[in-house]
Amino acid sequence: MVNLLATIGILAQTEAGEFLEGLKAIGAGLGYGLAAIGPGIGIGLVVGNAVTAMARQPESAGMVRTTMFLGIAFTEALALIGFVVFILLLP
Amino acid sequence: MSIFALDFPAVTHLFEWPDIAFSDTYLALNKTSLIYLVAMLLTVVTFGLAARKRALVPSGIQHVAEGGINFVEQNIVMETIGAEGRKFMPFLTSLFFFIFFINIFEVIPFIQFPGNSRMAVPMLLALVVWVVYNYIGVRSQGLGGYLKTSLFPPGVPKALYLIVTPIHLFSTFLIRPLSLAIRLWANMMAGHLLLVTFAVLSAALWGFGYVPGLLPFFMLVLLTAFEIFVSALQAFIFTILTAVYIGGSLHGDH
Repeated sequence: MVNLLATIGILAQTEAGEFLEGLKAIGAGLGYGLAAIGPGIGIGLVVGNAVTAMARQPESAGMVRTTMFLGIAFTEALALIGFVVFILLLP
Repeated sequence: MSIFALDFPAVTHLFEWPDIAFSDTYLALNKTSLIYLVAMLLTVVTFGLAARKRALVPSGIQHVAEGGINFVEQNIVMETIGAEGRKFMPFLTSLFFFIFFINIFEVIPFIQFPGNSRMAVPMLLALVVWVVYNYIGVRSQGLGGYLKTSLFPPGVPKALYLIVTPIHLFSTFLIRPLSLAIRLWANMMAGHLLLVTFAVLSAALWGFGYVPGLLPFFMLVLLTAFEIFVSALQAFIFTILTAVYIGGSLHGDH
Protein backbone atom coordinates (compact mmCIF):
# COMPACT_ATOMS: atom_id res chain seq x y z
CA MET A 1 0.00 0.00 0.00
CA VAL A 2 2.70 2.41 1.04
CA ASN A 3 4.91 1.56 -1.91
CA LEU A 4 1.96 1.81 -4.27
CA LEU A 5 1.09 5.30 -3.04
CA ALA A 6 4.73 6.29 -3.27
CA THR A 7 5.09 5.09 -6.87
CA ILE A 8 1.88 6.82 -7.95
CA GLY A 9 3.25 9.99 -6.47
CA ILE A 10 0.69 10.72 -3.77
CA LEU A 11 3.19 10.31 -0.99
CA ALA A 12 6.13 12.66 -0.86
CA GLN A 13 8.03 10.45 1.56
CA THR A 14 7.77 6.81 2.53
CA GLU A 15 8.22 6.80 6.27
CA ALA A 16 6.55 3.43 6.64
CA GLY A 17 6.16 3.63 10.40
CA GLU A 18 4.46 7.01 10.45
CA PHE A 19 2.22 6.12 7.56
CA LEU A 20 1.00 2.97 9.29
CA GLU A 21 0.41 4.92 12.49
CA GLY A 22 -1.74 7.35 10.55
CA LEU A 23 -3.67 4.54 8.90
CA LYS A 24 -4.24 3.00 12.33
CA ALA A 25 -5.60 6.27 13.69
CA ILE A 26 -7.91 6.69 10.70
CA GLY A 27 -9.10 3.10 11.06
CA ALA A 28 -9.70 3.53 14.77
CA GLY A 29 -11.72 6.70 14.29
CA LEU A 30 -13.75 5.29 11.41
CA GLY A 31 -14.30 2.03 13.27
CA TYR A 32 -15.69 3.71 16.34
CA GLY A 33 -17.88 6.00 14.27
CA LEU A 34 -19.31 3.11 12.26
CA ALA A 35 -19.85 1.04 15.40
CA ALA A 36 -21.83 3.87 16.97
CA ILE A 37 -24.38 4.22 14.15
CA GLY A 38 -26.41 1.07 14.72
CA PRO A 39 -26.57 1.18 18.53
CA GLY A 40 -27.45 4.90 18.32
CA ILE A 41 -30.50 4.13 16.22
CA GLY A 42 -31.30 1.11 18.39
CA ILE A 43 -31.15 2.99 21.69
CA GLY A 44 -33.28 5.72 20.16
CA LEU A 45 -35.93 3.16 19.22
CA VAL A 46 -35.84 1.52 22.65
CA VAL A 47 -36.14 4.75 24.63
CA GLY A 48 -38.68 6.29 22.26
CA ASN A 49 -41.00 3.31 22.51
CA ALA A 50 -40.51 3.17 26.28
CA VAL A 51 -41.56 6.85 26.57
CA THR A 52 -44.62 6.14 24.41
CA ALA A 53 -45.55 3.22 26.66
CA MET A 54 -45.06 5.29 29.81
CA ALA A 55 -47.18 8.11 28.42
CA ARG A 56 -49.99 5.72 27.54
CA GLN A 57 -49.92 3.80 30.79
CA PRO A 58 -48.23 5.80 33.54
CA GLU A 59 -49.08 3.13 36.13
CA SER A 60 -46.72 0.66 34.41
CA ALA A 61 -43.85 3.17 34.30
CA GLY A 62 -41.68 1.27 36.79
CA MET A 63 -41.75 -1.98 34.88
CA VAL A 64 -41.22 -0.23 31.56
CA ARG A 65 -38.23 1.65 32.93
CA THR A 66 -36.53 -1.54 34.15
CA THR A 67 -37.11 -3.24 30.81
CA MET A 68 -35.88 -0.11 29.02
CA PHE A 69 -32.58 -0.20 30.92
CA LEU A 70 -32.22 -3.88 30.04
CA GLY A 71 -32.82 -3.13 26.36
CA ILE A 72 -30.34 -0.26 26.45
CA ALA A 73 -27.74 -2.50 28.08
CA PHE A 74 -28.06 -5.16 25.38
CA THR A 75 -28.01 -2.64 22.54
CA GLU A 76 -25.14 -0.65 23.97
CA ALA A 77 -22.84 -3.67 24.08
CA LEU A 78 -22.14 -3.40 20.33
CA ALA A 79 -21.12 0.25 20.58
CA LEU A 80 -18.88 -0.60 23.52
CA ILE A 81 -17.12 -3.34 21.56
CA GLY A 82 -16.47 -0.69 18.89
CA PHE A 83 -15.04 1.55 21.61
CA VAL A 84 -12.77 -1.26 22.80
CA VAL A 85 -11.46 -1.78 19.25
CA PHE A 86 -10.88 1.98 19.06
CA ILE A 87 -8.75 1.88 22.22
CA LEU A 88 -6.84 -1.16 21.00
CA LEU A 89 -6.08 0.37 17.61
CA LEU A 90 -4.87 3.70 18.96
CA PRO A 91 -1.22 4.24 18.03
CA MET B 1 -1.08 12.36 20.85
CA SER B 2 -2.02 15.96 20.35
CA ILE B 3 -5.52 17.36 20.16
CA PHE B 4 -5.95 21.08 19.36
CA ALA B 5 -2.16 21.29 19.59
CA LEU B 6 -2.33 20.28 23.27
CA ASP B 7 -0.28 17.42 24.59
CA PHE B 8 -2.87 14.84 25.53
CA PRO B 9 -1.50 12.02 27.71
CA ALA B 10 -1.37 8.58 26.14
CA VAL B 11 -4.04 6.12 27.20
CA THR B 12 -1.59 3.98 29.13
CA HIS B 13 -0.58 7.01 31.21
CA LEU B 14 -4.16 7.42 32.36
CA PHE B 15 -4.88 3.87 33.43
CA GLU B 16 -1.65 2.07 34.37
CA TRP B 17 -0.62 3.14 37.84
CA PRO B 18 2.87 2.43 39.15
CA ASP B 19 3.27 0.11 42.13
CA ILE B 20 3.22 1.65 45.59
CA ALA B 21 4.36 -1.27 47.71
CA PHE B 22 5.50 -4.89 47.35
CA SER B 23 6.43 -4.25 43.74
CA ASP B 24 7.45 -7.15 41.47
CA THR B 25 5.55 -9.67 43.56
CA TYR B 26 2.06 -11.10 43.25
CA LEU B 27 0.95 -8.89 46.15
CA ALA B 28 1.96 -5.63 44.43
CA LEU B 29 -0.26 -2.74 45.43
CA ASN B 30 -1.11 0.19 43.25
CA LYS B 31 -3.91 2.76 43.25
CA THR B 32 -6.36 0.45 41.48
CA SER B 33 -5.94 -2.43 43.90
CA LEU B 34 -6.12 -0.04 46.87
CA ILE B 35 -9.46 1.21 45.48
CA TYR B 36 -10.67 -2.38 45.27
CA LEU B 37 -9.63 -3.05 48.87
CA VAL B 38 -11.27 0.16 50.14
CA ALA B 39 -14.48 -0.59 48.25
CA MET B 40 -14.60 -4.09 49.72
CA LEU B 41 -14.04 -2.70 53.23
CA LEU B 42 -16.73 -0.06 52.65
CA THR B 43 -19.25 -2.72 51.63
CA VAL B 44 -18.43 -4.96 54.58
CA VAL B 45 -18.33 -2.12 57.12
CA THR B 46 -21.56 -0.49 55.90
CA PHE B 47 -23.63 -3.64 56.23
CA GLY B 48 -21.75 -4.93 59.27
CA LEU B 49 -22.34 -1.73 61.24
CA ALA B 50 -25.93 -1.58 60.06
CA ALA B 51 -26.61 -5.11 61.23
CA ARG B 52 -24.88 -4.78 64.59
CA LYS B 53 -27.42 -2.56 66.35
CA ARG B 54 -30.78 -3.48 64.88
CA ALA B 55 -33.35 -0.89 65.87
CA LEU B 56 -37.02 -1.14 64.95
CA VAL B 57 -37.00 2.42 63.68
CA PRO B 58 -33.83 2.65 61.55
CA SER B 59 -31.58 5.67 61.77
CA GLY B 60 -28.14 6.61 60.53
CA ILE B 61 -26.22 3.91 58.71
CA GLN B 62 -28.94 1.34 59.24
CA HIS B 63 -31.30 3.60 57.31
CA VAL B 64 -28.87 3.74 54.37
CA ALA B 65 -28.38 -0.03 54.34
CA GLU B 66 -32.10 -0.75 54.56
CA GLY B 67 -32.79 1.73 51.78
CA GLY B 68 -30.24 0.00 49.57
CA ILE B 69 -31.62 -3.45 50.34
CA ASN B 70 -35.16 -2.23 49.65
CA PHE B 71 -34.03 -0.79 46.33
CA VAL B 72 -32.40 -4.04 45.26
CA GLU B 73 -35.42 -6.04 46.39
CA GLN B 74 -38.10 -3.89 44.77
CA ASN B 75 -36.38 -2.75 41.59
CA ILE B 76 -34.13 -5.68 40.76
CA VAL B 77 -35.28 -8.94 42.30
CA MET B 78 -39.07 -8.51 42.23
CA GLU B 79 -39.02 -7.13 38.69
CA THR B 80 -36.96 -9.93 37.19
CA ILE B 81 -37.02 -13.14 39.27
CA GLY B 82 -40.06 -12.71 41.50
CA ALA B 83 -40.67 -13.68 45.11
CA GLU B 84 -38.54 -16.83 44.96
CA GLY B 85 -35.51 -14.71 44.05
CA ARG B 86 -35.38 -13.42 47.65
CA LYS B 87 -32.79 -16.06 48.56
CA PHE B 88 -30.32 -14.44 46.12
CA MET B 89 -30.71 -11.06 47.84
CA PRO B 90 -27.37 -11.21 49.77
CA PHE B 91 -25.41 -12.00 46.59
CA LEU B 92 -27.14 -9.35 44.48
CA THR B 93 -27.02 -6.65 47.16
CA SER B 94 -23.33 -7.09 47.85
CA LEU B 95 -22.64 -7.21 44.09
CA PHE B 96 -24.51 -3.93 43.59
CA PHE B 97 -22.81 -2.08 46.42
CA PHE B 98 -19.32 -3.43 45.67
CA ILE B 99 -19.53 -2.28 42.04
CA PHE B 100 -21.09 1.02 43.05
CA PHE B 101 -18.39 1.80 45.61
CA ILE B 102 -15.64 1.00 43.09
CA ASN B 103 -17.29 3.17 40.44
CA ILE B 104 -18.02 6.16 42.64
CA PHE B 105 -14.30 6.74 43.25
CA GLU B 106 -14.36 8.23 39.77
CA VAL B 107 -15.75 11.51 41.11
CA ILE B 108 -14.34 11.59 44.65
CA PRO B 109 -11.80 14.44 44.77
CA PHE B 110 -8.08 13.55 44.86
CA ILE B 111 -8.81 9.92 44.01
CA GLN B 112 -10.79 10.32 40.79
CA PHE B 113 -10.15 6.96 39.28
CA PRO B 114 -12.85 4.39 38.65
CA GLY B 115 -11.35 1.05 39.64
CA ASN B 116 -13.59 -0.70 37.14
CA SER B 117 -11.81 0.95 34.23
CA ARG B 118 -9.21 -1.79 34.64
CA MET B 119 -10.41 -5.18 33.48
CA ALA B 120 -9.53 -7.17 36.63
CA VAL B 121 -12.63 -6.87 38.79
CA PRO B 122 -15.24 -6.72 35.98
CA MET B 123 -13.81 -9.92 34.49
CA LEU B 124 -13.66 -11.68 37.86
CA LEU B 125 -17.23 -10.66 38.72
CA ALA B 126 -18.47 -11.79 35.30
CA LEU B 127 -16.81 -15.18 35.84
CA VAL B 128 -18.41 -15.46 39.28
CA VAL B 129 -21.81 -14.63 37.77
CA TRP B 130 -21.21 -17.20 35.01
CA VAL B 131 -20.47 -19.93 37.56
CA VAL B 132 -23.45 -18.90 39.71
CA TYR B 133 -26.10 -18.93 37.01
CA ASN B 134 -24.85 -22.16 35.47
CA TYR B 135 -24.77 -23.81 38.90
CA ILE B 136 -28.30 -22.62 39.68
CA GLY B 137 -29.52 -23.84 36.28
CA VAL B 138 -28.01 -27.30 36.75
CA ARG B 139 -29.28 -27.56 40.32
CA SER B 140 -32.86 -26.49 39.62
CA GLN B 141 -33.43 -28.18 36.26
CA GLY B 142 -30.84 -30.94 36.16
CA LEU B 143 -27.98 -30.99 33.67
CA GLY B 144 -30.07 -32.34 30.78
CA GLY B 145 -33.01 -30.06 31.48
CA TYR B 146 -30.79 -26.99 31.76
CA LEU B 147 -29.00 -27.74 28.49
CA LYS B 148 -32.35 -28.47 26.83
CA THR B 149 -34.01 -25.21 27.91
CA SER B 150 -30.96 -23.08 27.18
CA LEU B 151 -29.92 -24.65 23.88
CA PHE B 152 -33.25 -25.85 22.43
CA PRO B 153 -35.84 -23.14 23.02
CA PRO B 154 -39.37 -24.51 22.55
CA GLY B 155 -41.65 -23.37 19.74
CA VAL B 156 -38.96 -23.38 17.05
CA PRO B 157 -39.36 -25.53 13.89
CA LYS B 158 -37.14 -28.61 14.04
CA ALA B 159 -34.93 -27.69 11.08
CA LEU B 160 -34.14 -24.27 12.53
CA TYR B 161 -32.37 -25.87 15.50
CA LEU B 162 -29.39 -26.24 13.14
CA ILE B 163 -29.01 -22.45 13.32
CA VAL B 164 -30.59 -21.65 16.68
CA THR B 165 -28.59 -24.06 18.83
CA PRO B 166 -25.08 -22.81 17.91
CA ILE B 167 -26.26 -19.21 18.36
CA HIS B 168 -27.66 -20.01 21.80
CA LEU B 169 -24.51 -21.95 22.70
CA PHE B 170 -22.41 -18.89 21.89
CA SER B 171 -24.67 -16.28 23.42
CA THR B 172 -25.42 -18.13 26.66
CA PHE B 173 -22.05 -19.55 27.56
CA LEU B 174 -19.58 -17.19 25.89
CA ILE B 175 -21.07 -13.82 24.97
CA ARG B 176 -22.96 -13.32 28.26
CA PRO B 177 -19.97 -13.11 30.63
CA LEU B 178 -17.90 -11.33 27.97
CA SER B 179 -20.46 -8.60 27.36
CA LEU B 180 -21.15 -8.30 31.09
CA ALA B 181 -17.47 -7.58 31.76
CA ILE B 182 -16.91 -5.37 28.71
CA ARG B 183 -20.03 -3.29 29.40
CA LEU B 184 -18.93 -2.32 32.89
CA TRP B 185 -15.27 -1.84 31.99
CA ALA B 186 -15.79 0.17 28.80
CA ASN B 187 -18.42 2.42 30.33
CA MET B 188 -16.17 3.41 33.23
CA MET B 189 -13.15 3.76 30.93
CA ALA B 190 -15.09 6.01 28.55
CA GLY B 191 -16.32 8.11 31.46
CA HIS B 192 -12.81 8.53 32.84
CA LEU B 193 -11.48 9.46 29.38
CA LEU B 194 -14.21 12.10 28.99
CA LEU B 195 -13.44 13.64 32.37
CA VAL B 196 -9.69 13.65 31.68
CA THR B 197 -10.22 15.21 28.25
CA PHE B 198 -12.19 18.13 29.61
CA ALA B 199 -9.87 18.58 32.59
CA VAL B 200 -6.83 18.76 30.27
CA LEU B 201 -8.71 21.08 27.93
CA SER B 202 -9.75 23.51 30.65
CA ALA B 203 -6.29 23.49 32.20
CA ALA B 204 -4.69 24.23 28.82
CA LEU B 205 -7.19 26.92 27.81
CA TRP B 206 -6.99 28.66 31.19
CA GLY B 207 -4.00 30.64 29.92
CA PHE B 208 -6.06 32.28 27.16
CA GLY B 209 -8.34 34.13 29.56
CA TYR B 210 -11.35 33.27 31.66
CA VAL B 211 -13.97 32.71 28.96
CA PRO B 212 -12.29 29.93 26.95
CA GLY B 213 -11.12 28.30 30.16
CA LEU B 214 -14.53 28.39 31.81
CA LEU B 215 -16.42 26.76 28.94
CA PRO B 216 -14.74 23.34 29.19
CA PHE B 217 -14.80 23.70 32.96
CA PHE B 218 -18.60 23.95 32.96
CA MET B 219 -18.67 20.91 30.73
CA LEU B 220 -16.41 19.14 33.24
CA VAL B 221 -18.82 19.94 36.09
CA LEU B 222 -21.80 18.73 34.06
CA LEU B 223 -19.98 15.53 33.08
CA THR B 224 -19.02 14.89 36.72
CA ALA B 225 -22.72 14.95 37.62
CA PHE B 226 -23.41 12.68 34.66
CA GLU B 227 -20.69 10.26 35.76
CA ILE B 228 -22.24 9.98 39.25
CA PHE B 229 -25.41 8.88 37.46
CA VAL B 230 -23.48 6.50 35.20
CA SER B 231 -21.64 4.81 38.05
CA ALA B 232 -24.92 4.06 39.83
CA LEU B 233 -26.53 3.00 36.53
CA GLN B 234 -23.74 0.58 35.62
CA ALA B 235 -23.90 -1.09 39.03
CA PHE B 236 -27.68 -1.34 38.57
CA ILE B 237 -27.36 -2.80 35.07
CA PHE B 238 -24.73 -5.36 36.10
CA THR B 239 -26.89 -6.50 39.00
CA ILE B 240 -30.15 -6.59 37.03
CA LEU B 241 -28.54 -8.59 34.23
CA THR B 242 -27.23 -11.04 36.82
CA ALA B 243 -30.77 -11.31 38.20
CA VAL B 244 -32.17 -11.86 34.70
CA TYR B 245 -29.64 -14.64 34.01
CA ILE B 246 -30.37 -16.29 37.37
CA GLY B 247 -34.12 -16.04 36.72
CA GLY B 248 -33.65 -17.54 33.28
CA SER B 249 -31.75 -20.54 34.59
CA LEU B 250 -34.26 -21.04 37.42
CA HIS B 251 -37.20 -21.47 35.07
CA GLY B 252 -35.87 -21.88 31.53
CA ASP B 253 -37.24 -19.73 28.74
CA HIS B 254 -40.98 -20.32 28.64
